[in-house]
Amino acid sequence: MTEHTLIVTVEDRPGVLNRVASLFRRRNYNIDSLTVGHTAEPGVSRMTVVLVADDDTVRRLEANLYKLVNVLYVENLRGQGAVVRDLALFKVRADQATRAQVLQLVEVFRARVVDVGAEALVLEITGAPDKIDGLEKVLEPFGILEMVRTGAIAMTRGAEPPRAVEAA
Amino acid sequence: MSSKRTGAQIIWEVLVKEGVDVVFGYPGGAIMPAYDAMLDYPVRHVLVRHEQGAAHMADGYARASGRVGVATATSGPGATNLVTGIATAMLDSSPIVCITGQVSGGLIGSDAFQEVDVTGVTLPITKHNYLVTRVEDIAPTLREAFFIARSGRPGPVLVDITKDAQQASIDLVMPPAPHKLRGYRPEHRPETRDLERAIDLLNHAERPIIFCGHGVVKSAAGPGLLELAERAGIPVAATLLGLGGFPATHPLAMGMMGMHGEAWVNQAIQEADLILALGMRFDDRVTGNLKSYAPRARKIHVEIDPSEIGKNVKIDVALIGDVKETLATLLQGTRPATRAHWHTRLGELKGDSAVRDIVSLPDDGHLYAAHVMHDLWRLTEGRALVVTDVGQHQMWEAQYYKHDHARKLITSGGLGTMGFALPAAIGARFAMPDDEIWVICGDGGFQMTAAELSTCAQEGLKVNVALINNGYLGMVRQWQEFFYDKRYAATPLKNPDFVKLAQAHGLLGLRVTRRGEIPDVVAAARAEPGTVVVDFRVEQEDSVYPMVPAGADLGNMIRRPVSTVLAETGEDP
Repeated sequence: MTEHTLIVTVEDRPGVLNRVASLFRRRNYNIDSLTVGHTAEPGVSRMTVVLVADDDTVRRLEANLYKLVNVLYVENLRGQGAVVRDLALFKVRADQATRAQVLQLVEVFRARVVDVGAEALVLEITGAPDKIDGLEKVLEPFGILEMVRTGAIAMTRGAEPPRAVEAA
Repeated sequence: MSSKRTGAQIIWEVLVKEGVDVVFGYPGGAIMPAYDAMLDYPVRHVLVRHEQGAAHMADGYARASGRVGVATATSGPGATNLVTGIATAMLDSSPIVCITGQVSGGLIGSDAFQEVDVTGVTLPITKHNYLVTRVEDIAPTLREAFFIARSGRPGPVLVDITKDAQQASIDLVMPPAPHKLRGYRPEHRPETRDLERAIDLLNHAERPIIFCGHGVVKSAAGPGLLELAERAGIPVAATLLGLGGFPATHPLAMGMMGMHGEAWVNQAIQEADLILALGMRFDDRVTGNLKSYAPRARKIHVEIDPSEIGKNVKIDVALIGDVKETLATLLQGTRPATRAHWHTRLGELKGDSAVRDIVSLPDDGHLYAAHVMHDLWRLTEGRALVVTDVGQHQMWEAQYYKHDHARKLITSGGLGTMGFALPAAIGARFAMPDDEIWVICGDGGFQMTAAELSTCAQEGLKVNVALINNGYLGMVRQWQEFFYDKRYAATPLKNPDFVKLAQAHGLLGLRVTRRGEIPDVVAAARAEPGTVVVDFRVEQEDSVYPMVPAGADLGNMIRRPVSTVLAETGEDP
């Protein structure tokens, strides 16, 4: 069982997210995260799916995704050089006594303060998922009031564009 | 002449263009514009008695002909009634297009009268589906629907069209039939390297078996399969839906494998050193316990759907592509062989099965369903198009009616839908107007869709219904007998008089209680111009043998007890 990150390029049509999500549910795949957003090409959206599964299961998942008519292309980033990023917002308890310590951690993790209140700070961080896990861990003692993460988005490194959409 | 058309007219324009000559359906509010327009087009409409019947009819039409079957229904309950039929078509890869009316676009999401999110409901049981809210999208969407339904691994496609889109008008320019869609890859070709490896395995195998699956029927690969089997001397076992893909009376035909397959066939699978699986998916009813399944065999899997490879059984060589085309390539490299040792061994295994075969029993006054199947096969010279329902009779038919031709057995394999047979046979009737059609159905399943007898009467259709009436939900009763200590929970049936039921529809009803009556009654049924129901009062507590209990090892079957067999023949055990 290993972690796989899939880039699923889909037609931007109503119900496509539902079709993909329904496939995961119906075939009993457990996904860690799924994000969806626009691409540079009008009418085309891109999903990033992270899941832990064995290689054969993921191969069948790819085949099942291809069976969805609105899925244009599936790329497994495993074994490819890729940038993977997650964005998180933390609302962490920080009063006069602790604020300086929290700000120091913000500095170390290259996070940003996006809101300052008397009792709490709102922090924003982008980075590889494990870096965000790390920040979460060190913030915990101060008291995390709220946290939200987008889930991973990913892109291969280098000048190569995603492989062209073509018949498998 | 103006080419201005309403959405409703466009639906029929496309259907005519697609070569559709019959649709099965039921009108209602949201589909009324389409029904009104229908009267001006050369398409026959068959009014069903329940929309489930419409979907099964479209399915039966598709399976008998290889063409796309079409069902229509209104929104809400009309559409949800299609669901069982759509799922049936999905599980058996049957190409149908279902057209449903939907409430007008402005009302969507408001829980309007007869509004159901039918694209949501059918999402997991269709190959693809569409909600069409604009008149200009109707023609291109329907053309796509037909293309998707019939290409690659076929399947059901649903197109939900709002009432206002049906009512609006545009200048129609008929779009060409698509041959390619951006995100849709129906066609695959095996890798040369894998083909070479498969040929090598075939040429070196000592105990090979070919599995004839539904894909052989669907891709019309029968001639290629026959050539390969004969050249290489390889026996052919069939899945339920593969029956007829290879002639059952051919010396290399082994018959059906799996839960109710021949015991010797299952044993042979466990001893085989190579399996060439053609267009099938290693369903649990075929494999039994996966851990002990065909342990000595390398497996070559020829399959159009890449997601089926390795789903249940680990595959040594995957040939992803059309069965017919792939077989043609395999044939080029396969060397002639006789494999005498293997056939000797198969002969030994086979001999053991024959002594337990109920068909070899003399007439002891009881009417066994197996006898009915055997006699029907004989009397119809194996040429009938048989449509079976689901349960014991379905297995007996599969065991005792020897199908030599493809598309002459239509049955619900994957979903196991009771109530399938009669409506599917009505659909098949339109696909094959000259075939002799027999519905073989249990008394339980028959009553699920018996209302379609009215459809037969109204449309003046001829099908013969062989009702295998044992007064039980027989297959469940059998499981209760074997696995639930004979506690017959909710399986005994108090049935209507089926002869009178037929008569109430203005149809002929006949009854058989002894084996000797079968030839005359079958002759009378065949002579009757309209639909006939023959009530075969068979042995009530007979069971389908042999049987691999669910999840058990394939080689570990419950056999028809020999002592009973001998007792019935009057010999000492």
